[in-house]
Amino acid sequence: MRRLLYLLPVAVFGILALFFLRGLTLNPREIPSVLINRPVPVMNLAPLPGRGDTGLTTADLKGRVSLVNIYGSWCIACVQEHPYLVKIKQTGIVPIHGIDWRDDPVEGAKWLKKHGDPYDRVGVDPAPGRTAIDFGVTGAPETFIVDKDSIIRYKHIGPVTPEAWEQTLLPIIKELNK
Amino acid sequence: MIAEIGHFALILALAVALVQAVVPLVGASRGNAAWMALSGPTSAAQVLLVGISFAALTHAYVTSDFSVMNVAQNSHTDKPMLYKVAGVWGNHEGSLLLWITILAVFGGAVTLFGRNLPPGLKSRALAVQAMITVGFLLFILLTSNPFARLEPPPLNGQGLNPLLQDPGLAFHPPLLYLGYVGFSMAFSFAIAALIEGRVDAAWARWVRPWTLAAWVFLTCGIALGSWWAYYELGWGGWWYWDPVENASFMPWLAGTALLHSAVVVEKRDALKSWTILLAITAFGLSLLGTFLVRSGVITSVHAFATDPARGVFILGLLVVAIGGSFLLYAVRAPALKTGGLFAPLSREGTLLLNNVLMATGAGTVLLGTLYPLFADALNLGKVSVGPPFFNAVFLPLMVPMVLAMAVGPLMSWKRSDLAGALSRLKIAAALAVAAAIATWVWQGGSLGPWWAAGGMALAVWLFLGVLTELAERIRLFRAPFGQSLSRLAKLPRSAWGMTITHAGLAVFIAGMTASSAWKQESVQSQKIGETITVAGYAFTLKDVQNVQGPNYLASRGTFEVSKDGKPFAVMQPQKRQYKSPPMPTTEAAIETTFLGDVYAVIGDSGGDGGYVTRLYFNPLVVWMWAGTGMMVLGGLVSLTDRRHRVGAPTRARLPAHSVRA
Amino acid sequence: MKRLALALMLAVAAPALAADPSEMLKDPVLEKKAEDLGKELRCLVCQNESIEDSNADLARDLRVIVRERFAKGESSDQVKQYVVDRYGDYVLLNPPFKGTTLVLWLGPFALLVVAVGAAFAFFRRRPSVNATPVVPLSTEEKRRLDALLKDGDRS
Repeated sequence: MRRLLYLLPVAVFGILALFFLRGLTLNPREIPSVLINRPVPVMNLAPLPGRGDTGLTTADLKGRVSLVNIYGSWCIACVQEHPYLVKIKQTGIVPIHGIDWRDDPVEGAKWLKKHGDPYDRVGVDPAPGRTAIDFGVTGAPETFIVDKDSIIRYKHIGPVTPEAWEQTLLPIIKELNK
Repeated sequence: MIAEIGHFALILALAVALVQAVVPLVGASRGNAAWMALSGPTSAAQVLLVGISFAALTHAYVTSDFSVMNVAQNSHTDKPMLYKVAGVWGNHEGSLLLWITILAVFGGAVTLFGRNLPPGLKSRALAVQAMITVGFLLFILLTSNPFARLEPPPLNGQGLNPLLQDPGLAFHPPLLYLGYVGFSMAFSFAIAALIEGRVDAAWARWVRPWTLAAWVFLTCGIALGSWWAYYELGWGGWWYWDPVENASFMPWLAGTALLHSAVVVEKRDALKSWTILLAITAFGLSLLGTFLVRSGVITSVHAFATDPARGVFILGLLVVAIGGSFLLYAVRAPALKTGGLFAPLSREGTLLLNNVLMATGAGTVLLGTLYPLFADALNLGKVSVGPPFFNAVFLPLMVPMVLAMAVGPLMSWKRSDLAGALSRLKIAAALAVAAAIATWVWQGGSLGPWWAAGGMALAVWLFLGVLTELAERIRLFRAPFGQSLSRLAKLPRSAWGMTITHAGLAVFIAGMTASSAWKQESVQSQKIGETITVAGYAFTLKDVQNVQGPNYLASRGTFEVSKDGKPFAVMQPQKRQYKSPPMPTTEAAIETTFLGDVYAVIGDSGGDGGYVTRLYFNPLVVWMWAGTGMMVLGGLVSLTDRRHRVGAPTRARLPAHSVRA
Repeated sequence: MKRLALALMLAVAAPALAADPSEMLKDPVLEKKAEDLGKELRCLVCQNESIEDSNADLARDLRVIVRERFAKGESSDQVKQYVVDRYGDYVLLNPPFKGTTLVLWLGPFALLVVAVGAAFAFFRRRPSVNATPVVPLSTEEKRRLDALLKDGDRS
């Protein structure tokens, strides 16, 4: 019995080591959204100047599976994902709505002219970014999948890459469209 | 060419370390004196080779040799010389080389100062030390080579993070590493003792000075880091319970426990296997800190900063070194003979209580630090564990500790009566209660935080408890005064060490309590000529000018500060914009007084012609630094004790090499 | 120290000077409440920093919104719930006491109990100097003692 007690340190250490091993494969920065399977927040965002739409409201998301993409002209990683969003737009699989977050609307519009405009509707969410915070946004870009009943089904953090699109986002959209 | 020499020296050091890890160990088990003696020259060779390597990297930094990738990524020609040198360890690879250098120096020190160690123990301890060196040399050579070249070399380097361009960088990491690595000595001695199957008073006496030295360095390093944060980050905070800080605090707690339990081993020949366990744990926690900080399991900001290969490697090192040691412990420790007896109420008993609370404290910090990882790994969701948790759980644990600290030294060895010790603390108790009441009244009752009175009472209790013990020792007022004085002069240095260190903690507690409880601040947009008063200090902003530094531009505010209408000081905080890498920093202006720090920070100009200024009064902050200074001083005084310095207790019974469990 | 240490290790840092005067509430009581809550809310894009200590844009936004809600007359708990509803328990630097944090909150007490218990066991196992109990002989020992005594008688 006393001998077992002497094994305690190595046992505790062993358990710790297993956790560390597991920890090496985890990303402590990835925070899952608490809004999954909850309705999209109520929003009524002003349009981007010169774009011709009427902005983005909660009602606009009703009836179709859609993507809501958080971007900003100041956001470097957004430039990276943008061409791919334009490609997705061309396939016509899903409408993409943009939220121009913490941005000067004029700059936001200019940026879309320069990099291409994949969005159906764009709403402006100036600082302090109330709508973005309602969405639980931690940074740009982030992309939400919203179903026909305006329920948030998935949140993608960071740029939408071809891999992320093919392997994660597209299958979810297909499933929701069934 | 010089970089290649540095790289090659590391490879040679690896070869030497391999020899040192094996030959003396085999020699010790066979009783071969020549093989055992090899640990001396090999550890000297290590110092030389690793020293060459370190010098080579330093040379690359000093001469701004940007063909070395490490230099190109972390240095810049415009950087002042101090930061070129300190920049050597301002990055992952270089800091690892510093770690190895210190490891080698400690090994060399054992060879140099350990002439009277029994050859068996010495050669085994140095062999274990060499095994650690092998692990770290493999780590640096395989995953983090500081001498990797860059082709073609850039015209200039990327520079060092401006936050690090501070004299703090020159001293904080080396001291911290001296502490971490210092615990490797206690560890090596513990493993050697387990292999020998023998721990006795002599062993404890050899280990204590090394542990004490490591503890002094670590205390110094942690305090310096806190001080650096206090003046550099610009809002007067000094401790955040961040994983990186906890990583240095946990070995400190374990090391403090080890210092106290080693006393019991030395005096009573008891708590032996526990002390061995603590020695392994203290170094284990140092290694764990390295793992946490460099692997990204706890805090990874961006993917580029962490390299999974490094994480896997350190984890492997941790498993081999610490897991292996605990396993050896499980096998060998039960055979350690139990030693002397003592009653629960005795000096030894209170030292054990210290260990109970310190170990619980270290365990608590470990649990809080790792809990986000546990929760994530078990799919319990992401959790944050921040300062509110640690303050709520850790600080209450330290209350009984401080209460007992005043009592313990008054207890006699082996068996004592608590009532007697407590009766001698009547005055201390009465004044502590008085301090609590006075504090409560002074802060206007519940206008200040409720715990402030308790904190001040604890500080008074401990400080007077320490003085009571000193008075008892010299029989003050009970013997003629002259006799007391001569007793005072004859007190052993180790007794002085304890007295100064414990009193230092009391001073620290007072400073910590006051600076947390009664900090006053005022944040505003201040126009030139406007006066803002904080805690009786009137700050008048005279002007804001642009000044040019060696590698930055700064706007420097000038405050004329007066107290009660009399001029107090002219303070000039800066807001700097560094060029490479482009980053802003704030340089606070601090005027320290006995009762508190007057602290001023200047920010951007607001739209209305004013400047954002932050003015603080941080009470008794200097008491915290003075308190830690006393703790360090106490440790140093204790180190000069003849018994420690000579460290020459001889084992009476058996020649070391023939000892088997 | 944390940010310095991080800067040291990761070469990532942003000096923080949070809370611009323009953000602050006029009412000092409400401002104090907002600050106290803000210190318990984690800045999501930083290290273990609270939104009060952080210079990040998102932390600034949260500071502004927290103050707006206080100004509207909400209580600390309501404002906290507002943030938790959007970001989950992760934003709370003071983790709530619930099923998933049971081990965290009770662990330290369990550790203390174990450590104190181990100390007691230490004294119990090894009779201390002032109480060395007389252990009665077992029947086997008695028998052997008797046998020895008999042997002695015989010789």
